[in-house]
Amino acid sequence: MGLKPKVPGLVKGLGVTFNTMMATITKGSNTVQYPHEKEAPPLRARGVIALREDNCTSCMLCARSCPDWCIYIEGHKELAPPRRAGGAPRKVNKLDRFDIDYALCMYCGICVEVCPFDALFWSPEYEYSEPKIADLLHDKTKLGEWMETVPEAPELEVGADKKGKK
Amino acid sequence: MTMLGDRQRLAYIASQAADARLNVELETEGMTLNIGPQHPATHGTLRIICRLDGEQVVWAEPSAGYMHRGYEKLTEVRTFPQVTSLVNRIDWLGSFANEVPFILAAEKLMDIEAPPRAQHIRTILFELSRIANVSLFLGDLGVQLGAITPVFMAFRDREYVLNLIESATGGRFHPNFDRIGGLKDDLPKGWIEETRSVMRKLRTFCDEIDDLLFGNEIFQSRTRGIGVIPKDVALQYGLSGPNLRASGVDYDLRRDQKIAMAWDKVDFKVWTHSDGDSFARCWVRLQETREATLIVEKLLDTLPAGPVMAKVPRIIKVPEGEAWVSTENPLGEMGYYVVSKGDLGPFRVKIRSASFNNISIVPWLLRGVYVPDVITILASLYFILGDIDR
Amino acid sequence: MMLAVQFPYWAQSLLRVLGGLVAVLLPAGTIVYLFLFKMMSFMQSRLGPMEAGPYGSMQLFAEVGKWLQKEDIMPEKADHSIFKIAPLIVLASTFLLVAVVPFGPDALFTNFETGVFYALAVSSVSVLGILIAGWSSANKYSLLGGLRAAGQLIAYELPMVLAVVGVVIQAGTMNLQQIVVAQNAGEIFGWSGLGNPYILTQFIGFAVFMIAVQAELTQAPFDMPVAESELVSGYMTEYSGFRFLIFFIAEFATAGVFAMIASVLFLGGWGIPFSWFGWNNIDQIDNWMNIVGPLIMFTKMMGLVFLIMWIRFSYPRFREDQLQRFAWKVLIPVSLGNIMLTAVLKVVF
Repeated sequence: MGLKPKVPGLVKGLGVTFNTMMATITKGSNTVQYPHEKEAPPLRARGVIALREDNCTSCMLCARSCPDWCIYIEGHKELAPPRRAGGAPRKVNKLDRFDIDYALCMYCGICVEVCPFDALFWSPEYEYSEPKIADLLHDKTKLGEWMETVPEAPELEVGADKKGKK
Repeated sequence: MTMLGDRQRLAYIASQAADARLNVELETEGMTLNIGPQHPATHGTLRIICRLDGEQVVWAEPSAGYMHRGYEKLTEVRTFPQVTSLVNRIDWLGSFANEVPFILAAEKLMDIEAPPRAQHIRTILFELSRIANVSLFLGDLGVQLGAITPVFMAFRDREYVLNLIESATGGRFHPNFDRIGGLKDDLPKGWIEETRSVMRKLRTFCDEIDDLLFGNEIFQSRTRGIGVIPKDVALQYGLSGPNLRASGVDYDLRRDQKIAMAWDKVDFKVWTHSDGDSFARCWVRLQETREATLIVEKLLDTLPAGPVMAKVPRIIKVPEGEAWVSTENPLGEMGYYVVSKGDLGPFRVKIRSASFNNISIVPWLLRGVYVPDVITILASLYFILGDIDR
Repeated sequence: MMLAVQFPYWAQSLLRVLGGLVAVLLPAGTIVYLFLFKMMSFMQSRLGPMEAGPYGSMQLFAEVGKWLQKEDIMPEKADHSIFKIAPLIVLASTFLLVAVVPFGPDALFTNFETGVFYALAVSSVSVLGILIAGWSSANKYSLLGGLRAAGQLIAYELPMVLAVVGVVIQAGTMNLQQIVVAQNAGEIFGWSGLGNPYILTQFIGFAVFMIAVQAELTQAPFDMPVAESELVSGYMTEYSGFRFLIFFIAEFATAGVFAMIASVLFLGGWGIPFSWFGWNNIDQIDNWMNIVGPLIMFTKMMGLVFLIMWIRFSYPRFREDQLQRFAWKVLIPVSLGNIMLTAVLKVVF
């Protein structure tokens, strides 16, 4: 059974709310006045996906592994000048279209994880809501712009095996 | 225990009286009250059809399924890594805890085991999601019973836990951090220190709730002796988690089951209560939140070094077979029965979610109670709609 | 004593109406802003409205503007005419209440000999409004809310009346103005430093009265009729827009007026202990008390509303039957005992 306190619970409850009120007045509230001040999301926060277009080979791995199929990729093969003089021209995959529909995306991060060429990154940026739902489809230039906001991966905690991960 | 006997007898008499009243000739027409699908007390879209006589419930039945999202079917057309991003939406308040049993089942089929560090971090995050889940319950309980302040305190302090989960996993609500063979990444620097300070804050929160709600005489008079579930009935209806432990059954999968998680590395107390009433259910949850903060701290003390990912192939194919793994989730026992035919994705997944079984006792429990007690009982049973409807 | 200016009768009536509006709406607005918006927020470690005006001080006007813009929805099967009248009845009871409250030696609307009686009678008019609001909404939740409200308000009317009887016995009058004078001119065992505010000598009565007020206002431990988590919003469920606004204003205006009456009955109302200035009766009071008096009253009222709201924000609610049991088995016997004690002591001293 519960404890039998000397102070009646009714009075204790009043004390809790009163103390909270005093703490709010003297030390400030726990809320953040959002448009005026902002909280910094953690570095790992999954805010928006950024695309480094040069790295993308349009291999479609991300589009295939997406659980709700919100990535649209189109590409074609192109001949690029050879690396060494006199070599044969290389075949590269040129990206025509890389769209992510953020209205569908459920921010699971699988695409970023499966990308074998480090073309996709998470950015903690979160302010990209749109009045029209169609504008949530970000094309490759817009996804490229997010690259600026991508932070360095945070350092790991003590005892972590650093070789294991990239 | 004699008290319990009296209460049980009273509850029985009340339900008999409710039955008898239907049979008398001077029966007046009852009023059917739909609590839900849109109702503040069902925090979601659960509909409870109550037939009332005055304010007394004569007959009640929950009608679930308004938010059915078909996860069992969805998982059949997803690959194994994709499934975790789906299933952590089942119980959306303790989402990391949903991933764990599925991953464990897949690991069991593939016959691999996560490295010890990964198991530790999994357990820590599991307990954190329990805290996030149950602390919201503690606040929500206040709202259901008419006290408006606790819910804001709950949101305030749950925020710290969510921040922790976010800085470790990247997702506040849907971490999707668990992988077959380990975890996606290791913890970021400074996380352990932060967690310790947050755990201290959470214990202060528990004390505050204790003073504000649990010690309050009005709260006690609203919950004590209301919605008594005797031990045998609880077992018959397949209750699990705190609801079962509040009926005096000392059963906790964290302790009673040998599983590839780190709970066996620490000592913790499994809280039970002998009364089985609404107060007991709430009280057990409060104690479990306290206990979970202690578990997290103890696990942080014993965090081993090493990798967080076992060697797994890049493309995961799970060998043919069937596996059942369940864990003690914030709401109760949650398990996945995974059938694999050796493909990229599961052939069939059966999800046993705690809330669905927990609300199955509602028709039995709501007979003969008053409308305000319906709310108390529903609040104390504590279900998450996503966990009922899946 | 005369006022400096003499007004014709129509101007007096106009002033009274305006004064009534100010006396009801100004405290109501202040209560909403200060307690509902700010104090509740602080108790929940947040800041409350901050955008409309400095520190959100214009928020109330924004809210009113919002409610005015809303569509006036009425359920098809509702009893339309009654549905429309209900909020007005609730608000009217508030305005009728304020008519007997004295704000200063001359600043009063009516100097009614049986003011206490009138106030207690008029306060129960709002029950009618709530009951018909619940009935006419054609909604099961509203009906339950309305019935609960009726049961509760009638049950708590009684301890309230009985708690006031103690004060009336001690003051020897039912005139609220004279009750104020009696408190401020009085003395406790020959010491008149504080006058004789009845909160000291009638503390049981005060406690019972405040509990009953809490129930009459359907504030938190007794908010079963509204009970947003089970009855959605009780009798107010179907109301929207302007009609809801009237209920909303009435709720807080009534809180203010009841606090005023409580401060008149137990805290000495507009007065300060007369011995501080060497007054002995109401005729010796300086004219400036007509200005300061309302302010003092306002302060005392705010203190009491703080108490009401503090309890509201801290406590969970009673169940219907517990609430009735509390009224009939605890409050009424206690207040009856209080009356007996007061009567005996009155005779002894």
